[in-house]
Amino acid sequence: MKTLEELRAIREKMQGQISIRREDVDRAYDSASESAAVAEDAPKYRSHVLVCGGTGCTSSGSVQIMKVLQEEIDKNGLRDEVCVVQTGCHGLCALGPIMIVYPDATFYSMVKEEDIPEIVSEHLKDGRPVTRLLYSETVTDDGIKSLSDTNFYKHQHRIALRNCGVINPENIEEYIGTGGYQALGKVLTEMTPDDVIQTMLDSGLRGRGGAGFPTGLKWKFAKANDADQKYVCCNADEGDPGAFMDRSVLEGDPHVVLEAMAIAGYAIGATQGYIYVRAEYPIAVSRLIIAIEQAKEYGMLGEDIFGTGFNFNIGLRLGAGAFVCGEETALMTSIEGKRGEPRPRPPFPALKGLFQKPTILNNVETLANVPQIIVNGPEWFASMGTEKSKGTKVFALGGKIKNTGLVEVPMGTTLRQVIEDIGGGIPNGKKFKAAQTGGPSGGCIPAEHFDIPIDYDNLISIGSMMGSGGLIVMDEDNCMVDIAKFFLEFTVDESCGKCTPCRVGTKRLYEILDKITKGQGTLEDLDKREELCYYIKENSLCGLGQTAPNPVLSTLRYFKDEYIAHVVDKKCPAGVCKALLSYVIDADKCKGCTLCARTCPNGAIEGKVKETHVIRQDKCIKCGACMEKCRFGAISKK
Amino acid sequence: METVNIKINGMAVAAPKGSTILEAARYAGIDIPTLCYLKDINAIGACRICVVEVKGARSLVASCVYPINEGMEVWTNSPKVLNSRKRTLQLIISNHDRKCLSCVRSGNCELQKLCKDLHVDDEAYYDGEKTHYAIDDSAAHMYRDNNKCILCRRCSAVCENVQGIGVIGPNERGFKTNISSAFYMGLGETSCVSCGQCIAVCPTGALSEKDCTDKVLEAINDPSKHVIVQTAPAVRAGLGEAFGYPIGTNVEGKMVAALRRIGFDKVFDTDFAADLTIMEEATEFLDRVQNGGVLPLITSCSPGWIKYCEHYFPDMTENLSSCKSPQQMFGATAKTYYAEKMGIDPKDIVMVSVMPCTAKKFEIGRDNQNAAGVPDVDISITTRELARLIERVGLNFSLLPDEEFDAPLGMSTGAAVIFGATGGVMEAALRTAVWKLTGETSDSPVEFTEVRGVAGIKEATYNVAGMDVKVAVASGLKNAKELLEKVKSGEAEYHFIEIMGCPGGCVNGGGQPQVPASVRNFTDIRALRAKALYDADAAMPVRKSHENAAVKELYDTYLGAPGSHKAHEILHTTYVKRKIHEI
Repeated sequence: MKTLEELRAIREKMQGQISIRREDVDRAYDSASESAAVAEDAPKYRSHVLVCGGTGCTSSGSVQIMKVLQEEIDKNGLRDEVCVVQTGCHGLCALGPIMIVYPDATFYSMVKEEDIPEIVSEHLKDGRPVTRLLYSETVTDDGIKSLSDTNFYKHQHRIALRNCGVINPENIEEYIGTGGYQALGKVLTEMTPDDVIQTMLDSGLRGRGGAGFPTGLKWKFAKANDADQKYVCCNADEGDPGAFMDRSVLEGDPHVVLEAMAIAGYAIGATQGYIYVRAEYPIAVSRLIIAIEQAKEYGMLGEDIFGTGFNFNIGLRLGAGAFVCGEETALMTSIEGKRGEPRPRPPFPALKGLFQKPTILNNVETLANVPQIIVNGPEWFASMGTEKSKGTKVFALGGKIKNTGLVEVPMGTTLRQVIEDIGGGIPNGKKFKAAQTGGPSGGCIPAEHFDIPIDYDNLISIGSMMGSGGLIVMDEDNCMVDIAKFFLEFTVDESCGKCTPCRVGTKRLYEILDKITKGQGTLEDLDKREELCYYIKENSLCGLGQTAPNPVLSTLRYFKDEYIAHVVDKKCPAGVCKALLSYVIDADKCKGCTLCARTCPNGAIEGKVKETHVIRQDKCIKCGACMEKCRFGAISKK
Repeated sequence: METVNIKINGMAVAAPKGSTILEAARYAGIDIPTLCYLKDINAIGACRICVVEVKGARSLVASCVYPINEGMEVWTNSPKVLNSRKRTLQLIISNHDRKCLSCVRSGNCELQKLCKDLHVDDEAYYDGEKTHYAIDDSAAHMYRDNNKCILCRRCSAVCENVQGIGVIGPNERGFKTNISSAFYMGLGETSCVSCGQCIAVCPTGALSEKDCTDKVLEAINDPSKHVIVQTAPAVRAGLGEAFGYPIGTNVEGKMVAALRRIGFDKVFDTDFAADLTIMEEATEFLDRVQNGGVLPLITSCSPGWIKYCEHYFPDMTENLSSCKSPQQMFGATAKTYYAEKMGIDPKDIVMVSVMPCTAKKFEIGRDNQNAAGVPDVDISITTRELARLIERVGLNFSLLPDEEFDAPLGMSTGAAVIFGATGGVMEAALRTAVWKLTGETSDSPVEFTEVRGVAGIKEATYNVAGMDVKVAVASGLKNAKELLEKVKSGEAEYHFIEIMGCPGGCVNGGGQPQVPASVRNFTDIRALRAKALYDADAAMPVRKSHENAAVKELYDTYLGAPGSHKAHEILHTTYVKRKIHEI
């Protein structure tokens, strides 16, 4: 067990090193102690090379990069001068593997193994950054821009992600070096449970998992219920398609979650916590295991934490990937070892949750905000964001956007800022059509709301929802009926099958959409579909079913003409729904080169050399291969 | 009692605190329709038939699980509610095998009734893809037809929550969700004990016993066969429900008349064998007590319980009484004693039993149940099957006269008829055991009320001839498990235990007429049916098994004494030790 003094000693030992990397990322934290003398025995590296070890960069080979990098550093005799740090996600996942060299924060993107010797000898040894390998936006005529000055980073404000991509998540001392576990110490020694809850209430923090319930209120309810045992659960069962912010926090900064859970445990009177994490997140799982072990070893978890008499333990429970297990009661049922299915509320988990005991469930990102709210005060947090949505929100940008990745912005940032300024806009000069937020429970935000400040209530008012933070951008090539069908197919697959509206209703809704995309829909189907949507929302047992029709309803609200086009004109305006489009050859442009006929996988194109070719519609499978190959632009889809 | 005031459809209603909206509505004379909800068994709010509007609630709420609170305003029949319920039904039947005309539950199907009541005027409204399942006929006693399953989960709830077995449950998810056994094993391959409680609670025709009425008619119409029937005590307390009689009506006389008119050569009573069981079991009990045998002795009348014991407590099969169940004792007696007496070759006798039980269909196929070298019982049908048989041959049940069983195997005592209720076997055994222990006086006690009632576990201690006899009674297998674990751990000690597989005993057996949830949720059918049996007992001139003249004659002229070698050969059996899953 460590005392608060020992914690401080570790922090001071590590701070000198961490500040080499922190400088241009976030100085907001605990500036007073930054000047503290660096302990004598602290390692002194002149340069830190951070290599992203998040899932994205790991898939693009960062582990091998790191290995080669260390070998090159050794070869060049730099072992005592340069250290290699494996971090969590930096956010710019599209540019992985990512490598950042501190103290100058030069940003290498899409690093290849063969580039390493040059980077080591030129940059690390001789101090000359290899400009051609840097992220292009950071290379200007005036020199090299710091990472924090790039469009992607400069509009961001990282609180939940503050340590992601900065520290080594497998080293508790690095976390402590950034001020970690200081909040827990403060809570246990200076605050009562009610103080903690009041702080959370005052901060205005709302649940980042989707529904946006005030966190402090949730804690207050659970505290009010007496029981011999209470539980703190962390929802790390991130399941929205395209959302990966919780994974990044767990991979990049696992201790922040543990610290926040212990704080929550103190606040509500719980001594046991569970993290329910998807088994499909192996990196997150392994880092959590390490973090829990280290936290126990350092006495940040376990018995008598900081000698205050407070006990708190955390167990890990792996989910098998059922989307519905992100629903709070289903998650708890799953932790209990039963089939992961929701149960009716009331009773609410604050009264009867896990094992029928008072329980709070907080999402990873929510928890990631907690320690800093404690340290910096609720006013600091409440100063960010909008009237009813405080702080920041992490979004996973995906779809038709240049900078695919993870961003954290203050609540109230407009969709335009996120997509154009941070996300770099839409590739290939295409026009923005809609952004989908809230995953399968959310909706599509059309261009007319491009300037809407993003917060919980605004998104609800325009028929979408914050959700966990997936943000999928769509351009003019996306068919909104097809999009609605895509999300609904997901819900149909992920319905637990317990209640009728979700089990059968979503299936029938999907069938109607499928019919429409195949050109077999009728106007009656449109009415039936709308009625079914409202029925499912009103009648389903849990949030999954109650929100399942949202993608359909919101596309209906903003893109009704597309539905009408599918049903009445039997056309798919975006040219996506295969049954509704045909490929044709323009006789004026066709040179009779035969390339298309040779390309067609189904022998659907007929024509002699130097004569106009014709596509036989009865044989065409609408793969579009001919159109791609045609050198004269003679083939188009209608 | 603390009450809560709410408004339902604008009317003020006061209901006990802790009530659900469904229960509170009942006080206002409103029956909210339900499908998945079954009181004390399944409260999961899944089917959404019982939805109501609650002021201030985000969406409709399931009234079966939603607690009332002061000032709450509820609407149970608004257009939105009524339309939602109809849509829910239409969605359910869009993936339901709508072969109503040939369905075993046609006429008493809860889904069918709801569709009528809630004005489902277009059964194909949501038709689309349907799931198709093979019928599981692997078990001896029943069919599982998932094509008719509506996923209310009453079956899996009763199996797991009441019986503590859980051999069926939901597999897959979403539209593919289906009720089946782990790894899609056939039910017959699992540790299912054949109790049939799942059938008793199924609202549709998804679960049904293996109907043997064709076989019965075939036997009756075969002139070379002497077809005799025996009816279990609980049948007379349940059969009337199938013909519109109130729950708990004893229709013994009309039942006998019906059986005679169906064409059975002899209409006998399992009650005779119940008295016989007491003679054997009481003797066995006293023998074990006096000679240091394995105690506690546990009754063996319930074949569901026996199979449960073999699967889940194989180390306790030595505690089981070696007595065959009354059904089997009856068959064994019929094919030996009666056959000899009547000069009929046992091979020409077809022994049909009418039982409140589905496990009896399994029991007739067990080893060591063939005293005459042929099966003791050939066909076992449930109370439900008898009702169908009566309808099929065109008998107007209510117009039938009351008739009496044939002699001699139709003679019985009050001790026998209470076998059908939990605690009845214990009480009947005590009547005879106490008589034996206290010197066989005619004024030995008759009623042992401590072991009566629907409680899942009952205990009593009787001081008999200076000895404290500790007894316990359990019904429902989860209760049995609880009791046996106490015995195994040494926490409790008994001399004699009665266990019945079904909660409440045979009156609530898996073969009794299905009572819809709308009735079950507000009525304790176990208590009502049991009362019919206790009333019958009280009205009997002879109430102790050892006073049954026909039983006495059987011993005097054929078996010798209870527990004799011959009695053992004919009336006793053996057990096997099973695993929980024999994969």
